[in-house]
Amino acid sequence: MKRIGVFICWCGSNIAATVDIDRVIAAAQKMSGVVYTDQNKYTCSEIGQAMIKDAIKEYRLDRVVIGSCSPRMHENTFRKTVESAGLNPYYLEIANIREQCSWVHKDKEAGTAKAISLIRTAVAKAAMNEALFAAEMPVTRRALVIGGGIAGIQAALDIADTGFEVDLVEREPSIGGRMAQLDKTFPTLDCSACILTPKMVDVAQHEKIKLITYAEVDKVEGYLGNFTVTIRSKARSVDLQKCIGCGECIAKCPSKVASEFEEGLVSRRAIYTPFPQAVPNKPAIDRAHCRFFTAGKCKVCQKVCPADAIDYEMADRLLTNQYGAIVVATGFDTHKLNNYGEYAYGKHPDVLTSLEFERLLNASGPTGGKILRPSDGKEPKTVAFIQCVGSRDKAKGNPYCAKICCMYTAKHAILLSEKVPGSKAFVFYIDVRTAGKDYEEFYTRAYEECGASYIKGNVSKVFPDGDKLLVRSVDVLSGALVELSVDMVVLAASVDARADAKELAQKLAVTVNAHKFFTEAHPKLRPVDTQTAGIFLAGMCQGPKDIPETVAQASAAAVKVAAIFSKQSLLGNPTVAEVEPKLCSGDLSCMAVCPYGAISEQVVEERRGREMVPRKIAQVNAALCQGCGACTVACRPGAINLKGFTNQQILAEVDAICL
Amino acid sequence: MKVITEKINYNLLREVEEVSGQKVSACFQCGKCSGGCPVVWGMDVLPHQVLRYAQLGLVDELLHSKTLWICASCQTCDSRCPRNVDIPKVIEALRLIILRNKGGNYLHPNDLPARVRENAPQQGLVSAFRKYAK
Amino acid sequence: MPVTNEGFEPLIVAFCCNWCSYAGADLAGVSRMSYSSNVRIIRVPCSSRVNPSFIIRAFQRGADGVLVAGCHPGDCHYHSGNFFTRRRLTVLKQMMEYLGIEPERFQVRWISGSEGAKFAMVMNSVAEEIKRLGPNRKLRDVR
Repeated sequence: MKRIGVFICWCGSNIAATVDIDRVIAAAQKMSGVVYTDQNKYTCSEIGQAMIKDAIKEYRLDRVVIGSCSPRMHENTFRKTVESAGLNPYYLEIANIREQCSWVHKDKEAGTAKAISLIRTAVAKAAMNEALFAAEMPVTRRALVIGGGIAGIQAALDIADTGFEVDLVEREPSIGGRMAQLDKTFPTLDCSACILTPKMVDVAQHEKIKLITYAEVDKVEGYLGNFTVTIRSKARSVDLQKCIGCGECIAKCPSKVASEFEEGLVSRRAIYTPFPQAVPNKPAIDRAHCRFFTAGKCKVCQKVCPADAIDYEMADRLLTNQYGAIVVATGFDTHKLNNYGEYAYGKHPDVLTSLEFERLLNASGPTGGKILRPSDGKEPKTVAFIQCVGSRDKAKGNPYCAKICCMYTAKHAILLSEKVPGSKAFVFYIDVRTAGKDYEEFYTRAYEECGASYIKGNVSKVFPDGDKLLVRSVDVLSGALVELSVDMVVLAASVDARADAKELAQKLAVTVNAHKFFTEAHPKLRPVDTQTAGIFLAGMCQGPKDIPETVAQASAAAVKVAAIFSKQSLLGNPTVAEVEPKLCSGDLSCMAVCPYGAISEQVVEERRGREMVPRKIAQVNAALCQGCGACTVACRPGAINLKGFTNQQILAEVDAICL
Repeated sequence: MKVITEKINYNLLREVEEVSGQKVSACFQCGKCSGGCPVVWGMDVLPHQVLRYAQLGLVDELLHSKTLWICASCQTCDSRCPRNVDIPKVIEALRLIILRNKGGNYLHPNDLPARVRENAPQQGLVSAFRKYAK
Repeated sequence: MPVTNEGFEPLIVAFCCNWCSYAGADLAGVSRMSYSSNVRIIRVPCSSRVNPSFIIRAFQRGADGVLVAGCHPGDCHYHSGNFFTRRRLTVLKQMMEYLGIEPERFQVRWISGSEGAKFAMVMNSVAEEIKRLGPNRKLRDVR
């Protein structure tokens, strides 16, 4: 005889406004197996949880049904509540009468009827719940960090400092990411390389961190605590052990390619290090542009190398390793400006993106730190900065705000006034967003002390005008028409997720949103977790953010990883598949569909007549099973069932719902 | 002009949105439309201000402006608006609102200069009568 | 053909996978979108958990429509579950047509966890379609 307790939550007025709680209680009291009902305004509160615990003890309840918000919200909370009252946590069922009922149906009659139906369904399922126990899983205490920008670097350092091993994989020949491309950072105007390179060196020298550069993640299998990752270590064509970093090969290489690091403003060689402070400070050959690899000629680098480090025979290597947790820190790209022909980008050399302008500012950039017009090499006296190019644009760009541009443009305006005395910056904005510590003060400095002129009015068109550029806009605040002749135009291009983010997401079984930013488990409360246990996010790959937020998120992800590794063992998933040997025919269709290789063949001995005869059947490894249930449908005799979502339970739910 | 509670005409915004089919409330005053308008020099109320007045319900300033009749419907503003607001449609809606509230002929064929009568495309003349003559 | 469908409120059972479509349904709720209350959701860990017998059972017990919603192919939380769903339910759909049940009564949709609006829209459009078809008379158990 089941003793089911039904608890209906008001959730303040979130449920009570469109569901008649008293009627639901009355209906629940009549349901088979229900011996106790109660209601509470905020069941998840301490008082609410205490009410449930007391009822379990006083009324000897053996199953609990809660009509409340989505189980995706509070299933774990209430499982703990039930457990602390002495019941196995899997005797709990939740009926979602908020997100899927009271919040989506305005009519109280319809809402109440549906809530009653959902409670009935949960009661029918709960009646068949059984005690479930999670199996212990082994944990590989090594983390994988994908991406070697500031986010990946910080996460790797923090994980390593807690004492665990980390592999840091970076696609480029050097770590450093976007921050290495910057000159100064807002709002402190710290030299970016000066604050980044010590961290890069720490990573290279840390005994717990293995740096795998010029490599990408090929394949990911497994799950929390036991990921098997295949990393493709691309062939550098340079033996890192032998190379002494003298740079002779780079100096003599005849092939020139547009430098990605310099945003295409100058070229690099086919054999190259991305920037002077690269870690590792050893070159790689870009085979797609190398004369030897494309045309079979040259080989100059090998001739001049004093350490005999060039190895044209080197091949990509596939490294397969075990990891317990993964941090994704793959960063961002700048928005392509194809849709913004009105700004003459690509048509006139003096129209630049902000990142290109940043490279001009940088002392190791193409102009040695001087701001010079690409067209004639002269210093620009007037510069127009156009904000929101590709951001906040529902029509032909990204609808979101890229977050960093208002601040970096203020920085550019300040640095312009310092580097080019007598210069004038005009910033054309829609709004100026300075949400951060000391940010407003920094922006104020740009227009109060450094003479930047802020004009509220998005630029409509940029016209080449002799050797200058004409910028046409409106000053929205005064209504005046604006037509300025400037020497240079800088476009604050939006922030895009990486083009292959979706591909990586599919490899990891995590999700991306419509703009290809990785989806966090909860936008407010779990910004570094993903829905997939053991995989965490850090930095721009999760959404536009500045450096302080990136570093904070990276450290947060590191703590999450450390939390997993610091446990003695991990509890696996208790809702696992189970084979009924008597029904199993041994055809192993289940094994074929299991994505985790959790099903294997087992030989059992059975009595047939007087003999013990061996027979092969399927067997589930509870530590590997993730509880998807694909096997249950593949099984023809119906011998394999999924605990927590058994065939009988789901059929009972169907029956109850259709009443 | 002053925005005071008695003067705000909420109905105007609704009417404009209904007639034009555009979400006037989406405009966040970036100014790109006014910045690119080729006939802005002849306007008294700039295109972005037209939308702002509509949002605030400033009926008088809006309906008495020259701007509504100067707009050439070249669609430059529409092609650049980041909020997908078709400003010429909004201006057309305002013209229609004026005409629906007015009565009688606004433009008589005899009021047309001879050169316009002879050289303007017939489609332009007919649409002008349709607008201007009730 | 029913004489009239006035006042007919269909019962639609939706099997939603925990990681995508159920999350999408929650998002529709969080965003306070409205959809037909005729839809009742049963949560499953993966759309590949849905056995064709559950769907037939729903029709037997009086459901007028059944919907199975899962992650977009390629995005399954369990990597390959929805590929099996897709294949199995294609076969089931054909079998149901053979049994004489209108094909619109049983539908399969892919809805991700961030597609709250799509979820609401799909529920409304399916409810509309089923309403037009009228009550389901096939496969019903005699009570």
